[in-house]
Amino acid sequence: MDTLTSSSRRRSSATCFDLRTVPLRDVNTALHAPGISGEFVIAHPDGAHNVAVGVDAPVKVTVEGHVGYYAAGMNQQAEITINGNAGTGVAENMMSGMVWVKGNASQSAGATAHGGLLVIEGNAAARCGISTKGVDIVVGGDVGHMSAFMAQAGRLVIRGNAGEALGDSIYEARIYVRGGVASLGADCVAKEMRSEHHKELEYLLKAAGFEGDDTAGYTRYGSARNLYHFHVDNASSY
Amino acid sequence: MCGIVGLHLRTAQLYPRLGELLTGMLCEMGDRGSDSAGVAVYGDPIWSPPGRACVSVLEVEPTAEAIGLDVSVTRQGATYLVTAESSSEALLDAITANYPDALIAGFGSDMAVLKGVGHPRVLTVEWALAKAQGWQGVGHTRMATESAVTPAGCHPYAVGPEQCMVHNGSFANHSTIRRELRAAGVHFDSENDTEVGARFIAQQLADGREVGNALKELCATFDGFYTLLVSNRDSFAVVRDAIACKPAVIAETDDWVAMASEYRALAGLPGVGAAKIWEPEPEVVYAWTR
Repeated sequence: MDTLTSSSRRRSSATCFDLRTVPLRDVNTALHAPGISGEFVIAHPDGAHNVAVGVDAPVKVTVEGHVGYYAAGMNQQAEITINGNAGTGVAENMMSGMVWVKGNASQSAGATAHGGLLVIEGNAAARCGISTKGVDIVVGGDVGHMSAFMAQAGRLVIRGNAGEALGDSIYEARIYVRGGVASLGADCVAKEMRSEHHKELEYLLKAAGFEGDDTAGYTRYGSARNLYHFHVDNASSY
Repeated sequence: MCGIVGLHLRTAQLYPRLGELLTGMLCEMGDRGSDSAGVAVYGDPIWSPPGRACVSVLEVEPTAEAIGLDVSVTRQGATYLVTAESSSEALLDAITANYPDALIAGFGSDMAVLKGVGHPRVLTVEWALAKAQGWQGVGHTRMATESAVTPAGCHPYAVGPEQCMVHNGSFANHSTIRRELRAAGVHFDSENDTEVGARFIAQQLADGREVGNALKELCATFDGFYTLLVSNRDSFAVVRDAIACKPAVIAETDDWVAMASEYRALAGLPGVGAAKIWEPEPEVVYAWTR
């Protein structure tokens, strides 16, 4: 942090970094400092990759603009808001905390993430929530093809439409879709909305600022549990 | 990886800045591969003067005396731009007759194609690209996967009159299609997969298809992954493969349409803050005409 005081400025309570003058690596290093807290603003990302990756502290980070690949990746604890669009793999492998994208997200949003909440107010492209392991993702608009592919745990809420092969080879993640689904992937089926599902969906929509939605307008999708791994006969192979 | 960029200007006030803007876009994509690079510039009054045919030539050192036809020859980096008041076919024939080993990087009117081996930051300086003007430009910076790092392996592939194609990705079945095209009499300059795509498109256009249908035919025929930017003198089209394997971002304002592998290549364009920005859907052809 010491090296940054000349080029970072403290405005009200937030520390501001301008990526046009401060190297990204210095900004990320500052965000990795042990024991940090408070609020940070990152200005002029101009599509840079790896903005605010690997943060593991209870801080608030606001990114003012569009980001490139892997923004807020591996996040733990932090609340990271992106006031713009995000490139490939936003919040990939997030463990906890919250990542909020005000615009659209490119492919593989929230890939492999274990925990926390990812909100994308606009649309997400292909492979949203691929191989998730516990994260909750709420998408305000549509998602592209192969979303929730091999998703193992967590919830994916889609307020718009889903592209082709939704939930292909899904394990135990749950998907809620309000709009249409172009096609379901292998072993993904529509399931009954029981009271606990309405309850969890209501909770997720509220957390993402969409509490006005009627949960009765959503369909739940999940695994039919018919693929190889789900057959007890195959258990002896391991 | 490779990086591709394209800029289609809608307002004449920006024409003097085409080269400057294209230089920034291309150099920003240098991180995606920088063993070679190339550009096609439409409408530069010095490189491709109005009313004159222009042929872009590499691998030989053409002179006006040898070619005849009252040609003028200028050099930008490794590329020679040969222009004449004739049809581009007549000029092309005169060049290839005198220089059978010439690598033709592009031909037509109002289009100059420059390419070479090296980092785009170095090449764009050699070309003085920042000073170029015009209404449309495309660029490519390469990380070679399918063929040698030579001028013949560089993009753009400009194999039909005023046409140009740049590609991020790789075609899997290009050898099969090259064999079929060769059997139909099509000549190839390289073993590069993209050249097959470009010659396939050129043949589709020569057969009378419009660019959107030509690209749909390419999607139906080629296996592999690709984001393609296909331009001609007046048009600019983008398509991605069926699973959108390779990245692409399009931005549009009243003043321009731009496309790049990544948003950061567009971040320096004037008015980008208010642009409509989106990622092209798989196998949907996006096309603009001036």
